[in-house]
Amino acid sequence: MSVETTTVSVPEGRAALLLAEYETPSACMKAATKLRDAGFTKFDTHTPFPVHGMDGAMGMADSKLGWIVFVMGLTGLLTGISLITYANGIDYPLIVGGKPAISIPSYVPVCFELTILFSALSAVFGMLGLNKLPRHNHPVFESDRFKAATDDKFFVSVEYTDPKFDADRTLALLASTHPNHIEIIEDTES
Amino acid sequence: MSFDAPIKAIGEKDLVAPKSTFKSITEAVSRVTENPAPKGWWIAFLTAFSFTGVLLGSIGYLFWRGVGVWGNNSPVGWAWDITNFVWWVGIGHAGTLISAVLFLFRQKWRTSINRFAEAMTIFAVICALIFPGIHVGRVWHAYYMFPIPNQMGAWPNFKSPLLWDVFAVGTYFTVSSLFWFVGLIPDLATLRDRAKNSLRRMVYGFFSLGWRGSNRHWQNYERAYMILAALSTPLVLSVHSVVSFDFATSVEPGWHTTIFPPYFVAGAVFSGFAMVMTLLLVARSVFKLTDLVTITHVELMNKIMLATGSLVGYAYAMEFFVAWYSGNEYERYVFINRATGPYAWAYWIMITCNVISPQLFWSKRLRTNIPLSFVVSIFINIGMWFERFVIIVTSLHRDFIPSSWGYFHPTLVDITTYLGSLGVFFTLFLLFLRWVPMIAIAELKSILPEADPHFGDHHEEAHEGDSHGEPSLATSAEGH
Repeated sequence: MSVETTTVSVPEGRAALLLAEYETPSACMKAATKLRDAGFTKFDTHTPFPVHGMDGAMGMADSKLGWIVFVMGLTGLLTGISLITYANGIDYPLIVGGKPAISIPSYVPVCFELTILFSALSAVFGMLGLNKLPRHNHPVFESDRFKAATDDKFFVSVEYTDPKFDADRTLALLASTHPNHIEIIEDTES
Repeated sequence: MSFDAPIKAIGEKDLVAPKSTFKSITEAVSRVTENPAPKGWWIAFLTAFSFTGVLLGSIGYLFWRGVGVWGNNSPVGWAWDITNFVWWVGIGHAGTLISAVLFLFRQKWRTSINRFAEAMTIFAVICALIFPGIHVGRVWHAYYMFPIPNQMGAWPNFKSPLLWDVFAVGTYFTVSSLFWFVGLIPDLATLRDRAKNSLRRMVYGFFSLGWRGSNRHWQNYERAYMILAALSTPLVLSVHSVVSFDFATSVEPGWHTTIFPPYFVAGAVFSGFAMVMTLLLVARSVFKLTDLVTITHVELMNKIMLATGSLVGYAYAMEFFVAWYSGNEYERYVFINRATGPYAWAYWIMITCNVISPQLFWSKRLRTNIPLSFVVSIFINIGMWFERFVIIVTSLHRDFIPSSWGYFHPTLVDITTYLGSLGVFFTLFLLFLRWVPMIAIAELKSILPEADPHFGDHHEEAHEGDSHGEPSLATSAEGH
């Protein structure tokens, strides 16, 4: 079976990869399953929206983000408790309305808000950290067709650095998954 | 069939018009930011922008002369300033409710309106934040609100609900902005990839952080989105509860009631949905998004307004009941005075707009009527402003000592400051409509039937069985 293939050159030393384009989420997911079963690890799918079941099809472990948020949420809570205790209880004891300087019930709103604030900030920055974003420069952006990955096409990319990678065999494997098109993104010198 | 698919048998409707495709969604939403602005946009923008100028002028005058330029007096120490603050914060709540609470309840219809509502939240909270900042009198001391070590060695009073408010509203603004931005990343990447000129490519490219739709990213992204939704849900309930503590923890009759937190939250959601409805009905007709924001969305939002409007009506009735049942004569007087005293006009405007007008939505014909929905949403916006006015001003103007009773008259500066805050809101909102995808493109695509990875599977298997599908796979396997 023949699939239209083009080569895009990138400057030398830049990671090279194969990029296959699919029409539907289903075709893309089947290709991902095949790569997973063939033992590939450095491959990815690029879709305009999250495709459900893709994590399993790619053999990915669960996200670690929840743990980061949990730890940072607790940090927020402890920050609130220590801030209020130090400010109104130790550094400048403040008695208002006949209540003791350290009055636990009045801690609740501020500690709650700080827990939420720290958790939310860590959810966003943790997500960006785990994803290694922002990263404005990536070999997939060398492809013009890849612009459709944020519109209506579905892509699979396999990096040359994958231990299982073999230029011809991986190309044939991708070609067997009914892509619309395959692009070879590599540096021209090699 | 996707599990997201509407169940026709129980009367669920399509989430978007049936002919929509991935491409058509990208196109319909992106083109609003790409085509030149319609003339109406410019008229609206310049009007709103000049009101922003009015606000700056009013605030400048206030800073120059002092808070005496407002009608606030003794006993009415809080008036339009705090009314506007509470009104604007309340409007923000619908955005978070739509983006977080409806997300956790898997209400897929929210995807057409959540971006819009979240933007409204952020801009409403910006307007809200203006008022506590400028009402303190000596604005150059506004930093006393924050726990900053200073030369006096003093700290803010953490037992004060006004300080809780600083933390609640500040957190709310930060988290809402983060939530909005996270939702925007994939859509900004869509605009980047469609960009025809290098400036657009650079700006959208910068803000989309190099998003490449990677599934390894989507995994963490979706987790982050879910965590933010789970955090925003208790947050949104806490914000208006804390705002209500400003009143409820005082000893003022009419304010000192335990019903305030849930009552304020219901009212906030109610007013926010009304504002979303007002804006959405205009935007959907101006920018021709009727395929994506359908009559079903309007109907569902009207149902929420009916529910929250009835909750608010219940709270009004319960306040009266408790005023009588408590046997507290000051409390009883405040409520009789509200409905029959010098501010009875404001009270009855509130009842008409908030309690009576949403009752029209019991009728399916009326809640699917667009002009009527628009009119009622305006009524509710007005009614909810009057609710806060009634709570604040009627409670304050006659408290314990008849000799200190008074009446509040707004001044011109009160009025221009309020209109100016509307100007800021609409300026920001119109800029949002022009430059940011107003509907969540990626999310909306994910609820189309063809987004399901098993869409059309039966069809495909039947093909592979009979002809070339299987053999070609076998050939390629031998090729290895």
